[in-house]
Amino acid sequence: MGKVHLRVYRGNSEGGQLRDYEVEAEEGMVVLDVIHKIQATQSSDLACRWNCKAGKCGSCSAEINGKPRLMCMTRMNEFKEGEVITVMPMKTFPLMKDLATDVSWNYEVNKKIPPFTPVEGAVWQWEQEDADRVQEFRKCIECFLCQDTCHVLRDHDKMTKFAGPRFFVRTASLEMHPLDALDRTELLKQEHGIGLCNITKCCTEVCPESIHITDNAIIPLKERVVDKYYDPLRILWNKILGK
Amino acid sequence: MSDSYQSFEYDVLVIGAGGAGLRAAIEASAAGCKTGLVCKSLLGKAHTVMAEGGIAAALATVDSRDSWQQHFVDSMIGGNLGNHWRMAQIHAQQAPDRVRELEKWGAVFDRTTDGKGNINVRHFGGHTYKRLAHVGDRTGLELIRTLQDKGVHSGIDVHMECTIYALLKDGDRIAGAYGYFRETGRPVLFKAKSVVVSTGGIGKLFFINSNSWECAGDGFALSYLAGAELCDMEYIQFHPTGMVWPPSVRGILITEGVRGEGGVLKNTKGERFMFKYIPPKYQGKYAETEAEADIWFKKVVIDGVKEDTVTERKPPELMSRDVVARALWNEIKEGRGTEHGGVFLDIATRRSAEDIKKKLPSMYHQFKQLADVDITKVPMETGPTCHYMMGGVKVDPETQMSNVPGLFAAGECAAGMHGSNRLGGNSLSDLVVFGKLAGEHAAIYAKKLKDFPKVDDAQLKGLNKEMNQPFENQNGEVSYKILANLQHIMEKGAGMFREEPTMEQCLKDLEGLKERVKKVTAEGNRMFNPGWHVALDLRNMLAVGEAIVRAAKERKESRGGHTRTDFTGYSKEFAKKRVVVRKKGAGMEVIREDLPQIPKELEEELVNAHMLKPEILKQLRGEA
Ligand SMILES: Cc1cc2nc3c(=O)[nH]c(=O)nc-3n(C[C@H](O)[C@H](O)[C@H](O)COP(=O)(O)OP(=O)(O)OC[C@H]3O[C@@H](n4cnc5c(N)ncnc54)[C@H](O)[C@@H]3O)c2cc1C
Ligand code: SF4
Ligand code: SF4
Ligand code: FES
Repeated sequence: MGKVHLRVYRGNSEGGQLRDYEVEAEEGMVVLDVIHKIQATQSSDLACRWNCKAGKCGSCSAEINGKPRLMCMTRMNEFKEGEVITVMPMKTFPLMKDLATDVSWNYEVNKKIPPFTPVEGAVWQWEQEDADRVQEFRKCIECFLCQDTCHVLRDHDKMTKFAGPRFFVRTASLEMHPLDALDRTELLKQEHGIGLCNITKCCTEVCPESIHITDNAIIPLKERVVDKYYDPLRILWNKILGK
Repeated sequence: MSDSYQSFEYDVLVIGAGGAGLRAAIEASAAGCKTGLVCKSLLGKAHTVMAEGGIAAALATVDSRDSWQQHFVDSMIGGNLGNHWRMAQIHAQQAPDRVRELEKWGAVFDRTTDGKGNINVRHFGGHTYKRLAHVGDRTGLELIRTLQDKGVHSGIDVHMECTIYALLKDGDRIAGAYGYFRETGRPVLFKAKSVVVSTGGIGKLFFINSNSWECAGDGFALSYLAGAELCDMEYIQFHPTGMVWPPSVRGILITEGVRGEGGVLKNTKGERFMFKYIPPKYQGKYAETEAEADIWFKKVVIDGVKEDTVTERKPPELMSRDVVARALWNEIKEGRGTEHGGVFLDIATRRSAEDIKKKLPSMYHQFKQLADVDITKVPMETGPTCHYMMGGVKVDPETQMSNVPGLFAAGECAAGMHGSNRLGGNSLSDLVVFGKLAGEHAAIYAKKLKDFPKVDDAQLKGLNKEMNQPFENQNGEVSYKILANLQHIMEKGAGMFREEPTMEQCLKDLEGLKERVKKVTAEGNRMFNPGWHVALDLRNMLAVGEAIVRAAKERKESRGGHTRTDFTGYSKEFAKKRVVVRKKGAGMEVIREDLPQIPKELEEELVNAHMLKPEILKQLRGEA
């Protein structure tokens, strides 16, 4: 099959540079295979994360020719022969080393979302149709590619004010669970800053699980926030009811 | 790099954050213990995330005939009676509660469409009734995410990307664990009153496997080196359906759900060959002709007719994995396989494209993206892949404690539950059932101790030296090269078919590797350095590899995941034994021990209920 040419970022928090690698290609290779081959034959200390090699664990996120993607699901035959393929770590998160970034911030955000809390006396019988809606969000493999691509986080560093698309998806999975008792709109509006999202849909475009992040999660959640806080009729109605 | 280490103290330390570890940690923490959880990857990425088909539990939401008794019998027959009966019983009895508990913690299982909206269950090999609760073909993700979200709100301290290199002891009992953070390479000490190992499997020891890099057998080796007994190490499951082409995907799993949803196996002559391979233990339970199997398929899978009203029997593609894997191997060996060394698995002609995409979305995706194959149009190519380790740390069935006081094990790295062959779906249920028990009893044990066991500083110094050795070594080989050799050696010597001379050779080859591992060299420094990580993993892999081969040599019969070409068939002598491996001085000791047998009353009850057939018992006990 001939050789392929990869340009991989090598470095740590103090700095680094792109380094060129030539690797003998085999049929069916994905970018992650090439990285593994580099580790095995050229640079055994090249850092990268992976687990499943089948698009199921969301570990191997990187920016391939500038696009946020899973390395294990990017086939080498997508590229033109002789094309130099650049592999960079996700830009939004602090670099640990080479292709591994520090994504711990995401875990902190997740902790703030109140967990699933069933309504009292819940009857655990519900229809697949209702399950479908929630299951779409639960497909998320936490690759954080959507977080990486979202300009609010990427260009504006609003980590303290904005939870990011992944966690709107997570919140939606709880809010739309027919048996969940809590209301998380306050959190969405305040601390998680859903208002900062201006529906560019870039997150949806990069999601390897094809979750309709904007249409099915963010927009309905925004509507809930609006309903609760800004709807004059609703406010009036609540006053009348003395709520 | 300095050898100064960070230090933490926990009542209960859980090593491994797959389904078993998370469930154990949740339980220990709920019992009021200060609990630490360590894992090599990021949280939520453990191998459990890859599980596809489902979690087995006799919920009886679809077929009211199902019961724990039947689940117990299926697991024992599937395991060819090599199971510890009591573990199989606890598992069958408690799995339904554990699944319902997951639902209460937020898991969203697929629902039945009978208007009741209960948890839906599907067919899987070796299970008499529909029994696998599932979420499409991503059940593991649902399980791990549910436990992860429960766990982070349970006050557990999680240490991600941290590898445990050794268990520590104070005299006979456990005292904690020592390892390093992967990012910085810095050593870390966890003092603990009790330790649960739940580190998953061993797939990475074999060249063709379905596992993640994490499955390097760490927990087996760590426990063994700390004096714990391992048993059943000869029982390795080779899953019949791994991908075979292109080379870069070789081994990646094709879920058994494909067959559950109606997929059939064919050789290159177009024959649906499984009818030829029905072993005596399954005779009368599976369809004997294609016509019969097809009627069953149409009624049960397509039209959703209740199975108890159907007189036809289910297709032989749904027999247990050991049986199917051997059949595939035989077809390939006899020249009816594809050019890439596989056979065909066809769902395209059995279901509509729409159904396939709905029921098996990630399989559709996987083939489309990784192999340029559209499974709604053409058959898949498939062959056996190393998938699951039935053996592991020998534990007490009630408490999950090993013979080392304070050391517990759960999940894939514990032995006993599955005997010589695991049924699909029985692992995820194993994780939550025994994960819970391990956490519970680790907490009880910890609470009884007044003081922390002592850690020996001199030992830590020795460990630091060992861990740093690959950087000191000059001109040795890179770890990856030795790893590749090891995988081929294991594949040859302890793969699906085994015999004395090749196993003898395998042991010699492993000895040779030991010498090379002593000189293995790592480049760069200790910061996030995969080459160094693999170098340290090799010690574990060699110990586990040796345990597998020694146990396999000891069992002179064929049973489930242990097939010997020089001792075919069940032996009366070995039917009631289990092979135990333990450390003795600098070497490895192998002994045969009595395998606890199903109590007479229980056996009679099951025979009287027509769940268990005396002639099958006889046959599996080598008495027929
Ligand atoms: C592709 C595939 C599909 C499957 N499908 C099914 C299915 O449908 N149903 C079913 O029942 N079973 C299935 N299985 C089997 C099942 O997924 C596994 O057996 C199970 O998930 C193992 O879980 P565990 O908790 O024991 O360990 P794992 O999930 O493997 O987790 C091990 C944990 O231990 C950690 N660890 C390991 N070593 C160390 C160390 N030295 N220091 C610190 N941490 C360490 C790892 O980081 C990880 O967190 C499948 C397996 C595969 C490969
Ligand atoms: S739609 Fe919103 S969340 Fe998604 S990328 Fe755009 S701004 Fe970010
Ligand atoms: S929503 Fe999609 S892109 Fe975002 S983390 Fe989940 S799987 Fe990745
Ligand atoms: S390795 Fe799991 S998603 Fe790529």
